[in-house]
Amino acid sequence: MKGGRTLRVVVTTIVALLLVVALWEGYKWMGGQTDDHWPGTSIELPTSTDDLTMPHATDIAGELFEEVRDGRARLPLYLFLLKKGWYTFQEAAIGFSFGLAIGLGLAILMLRWRVAERGLLPWINVSQTVPLIALAPIIVTWGRLNDIPDILSISLIATYLTFFPVAVSALRGLQSPDTAHLELMRSYAAPWRTTLFKLRLPAARAYLFPALKLAATLSVVGAIVGEISIGTKTGLGRAILEYAQRYAVSPERLYASVVGAAILGLSVFGMVNLAERLVMKRTEGVERADRVAA
Amino acid sequence: MSGYVESEAAVVIDGVDKVFNAGSLDEVTALSGIDLTIGAGEFVSLIGPSGCGKSTLLRLIGDLLTPSTGKVTVFGKPAHGARLDQDYGMVFQHAGLFDWRRVAANIELPLELRGWSRADRAARSAEMLDLVKLPDFGGHYPRQLSGGMQQRVSIARALSFQPKLLLMDEPFGALDEMTREHMQLELLRIWRETGTTVVFVTHSIPESTFLSSRVVVLSPRPGRINSIVDVDLGERTDDTREDPAFFAKATEVREALRADEVGA
Ligand SMILES: Nc1ncnc2c1ncn2[C@@H]1O[C@H](COP(=O)(O)OP(=O)(O)OP(=O)(O)O)[C@@H](O)[C@H]1O
Ligand SMILES: [Mg+2]
Repeated sequence: MKGGRTLRVVVTTIVALLLVVALWEGYKWMGGQTDDHWPGTSIELPTSTDDLTMPHATDIAGELFEEVRDGRARLPLYLFLLKKGWYTFQEAAIGFSFGLAIGLGLAILMLRWRVAERGLLPWINVSQTVPLIALAPIIVTWGRLNDIPDILSISLIATYLTFFPVAVSALRGLQSPDTAHLELMRSYAAPWRTTLFKLRLPAARAYLFPALKLAATLSVVGAIVGEISIGTKTGLGRAILEYAQRYAVSPERLYASVVGAAILGLSVFGMVNLAERLVMKRTEGVERADRVAA
Repeated sequence: MSGYVESEAAVVIDGVDKVFNAGSLDEVTALSGIDLTIGAGEFVSLIGPSGCGKSTLLRLIGDLLTPSTGKVTVFGKPAHGARLDQDYGMVFQHAGLFDWRRVAANIELPLELRGWSRADRAARSAEMLDLVKLPDFGGHYPRQLSGGMQQRVSIARALSFQPKLLLMDEPFGALDEMTREHMQLELLRIWRETGTTVVFVTHSIPESTFLSSRVVVLSPRPGRINSIVDVDLGERTDDTREDPAFFAKATEVREALRADEVGA
């Protein structure tokens, strides 16, 4: 039931969105009634609910259609964000692709040579304990010194976040085939490479995709953080930085750009989901218990 | 030893011991002093209590393990060479099909690895599906099939490249009695039609008696060959199962197993 499924996704998305708006507005309304205290107590709410801290959802949405300046041109905010988002998306996509390639490469290396696993895995883990905020300026400075375009430096920051879940889950997936399958390939005198392509990689897909979904959203985070620390002229990160500085004047604008970033994150997540369904379709056609029960 | 000349022998096992993890605390002597010759075209069963080394012996023949001492010869060459030449097909207790491949593609896997053309592969897998009586299931995925059907696919896969030797490790272990008996007849039919040599591991006394021309009885750990029961029941049919001669042979195998228990 392909159509039913799409409809369900659309409906759940809308319901979830309405729920968030309702909570936001409900909280705001309550704060307005009680002067920012929990009802019937003298305990203050964690955030105040005035229009500066929490603009109305409708105002945030309305802001999207306000005109903003983009260089010499003027255009509605949503178009502006879409443009910036497209730029950020490209950075994230390049970063994600590098991260996928590097992560897979490392996983295969670690699979092939036990020594590599023992030697690399600790470093891969350590790499993720370095805070991104500290690392980003280093990558950027290094990139500028070596004449690497900023967009690539930013992608590299996204790569740094994405290769990790890919490497770890791919290694697990590549090691997942059971002895019987491996012995079968051995009985065919299959060389290592053949076993990799016919058995290990296909078996790894089920482990890889959850990590890829994580990596996709992380690549957006990486790209935005990269933009902010590099101080580029473009991208969603730049817009967020700019609107944060002018928060006091128009808080709606910052919220709107944050919503834009969230939508971008959701879109890349959705794309990986779609890719998963295309690639994993091959094992479908099995009526699963959960579907029958539903 | 059954007096086969070397050239007619499919498998010659000569003074083989297998010790796992030698020298460490978890050292296990799985097999000790195994001598066995299996003639080309024979159907031989290996039977014995759990843990006596049946699977180990089968893996030694298939060069999935190497003996600690002694040597294994398959079709006149070392087991290693026979594996590289892909002289045998293997069927495991669990079908071990690749979930992401359709049934036909599973059967074609060994052909693919040998570089067969797409058309040749398709023709052969269709032929094999007929052989295991699943002509309409080539386009299905393994998980859409019952356990018995999956096992038949795995047999088809092992037979697809017409190996001269078939190594089977409790292939019907997970099946119900009805399916199992049906599959036994199917296997015997395939064996007759293809003329391949079969080494068949099982726990079941009636199964070993029904299928084989010889039953090799292994003793508990460390596995040794304590006796070999020749079974000469002619062509098997469902009626064979109720034949007094069949019962007599099954009793003989049972007693050989008992003797091992006492003797060990
Ligand atoms: N890879 C291994 N490493 C260490 N010990 C092993 C290994 N494989 C088998 N053994 C040991 O060798 C002995 C024989 O095992 P094997 O699997 O051959 O028995 P089996 O006769 O096939 O038993 P079952 O009927 O339960 O399948 C057992 O004691 C087992 O613990
Ligand atoms: Mg076994």
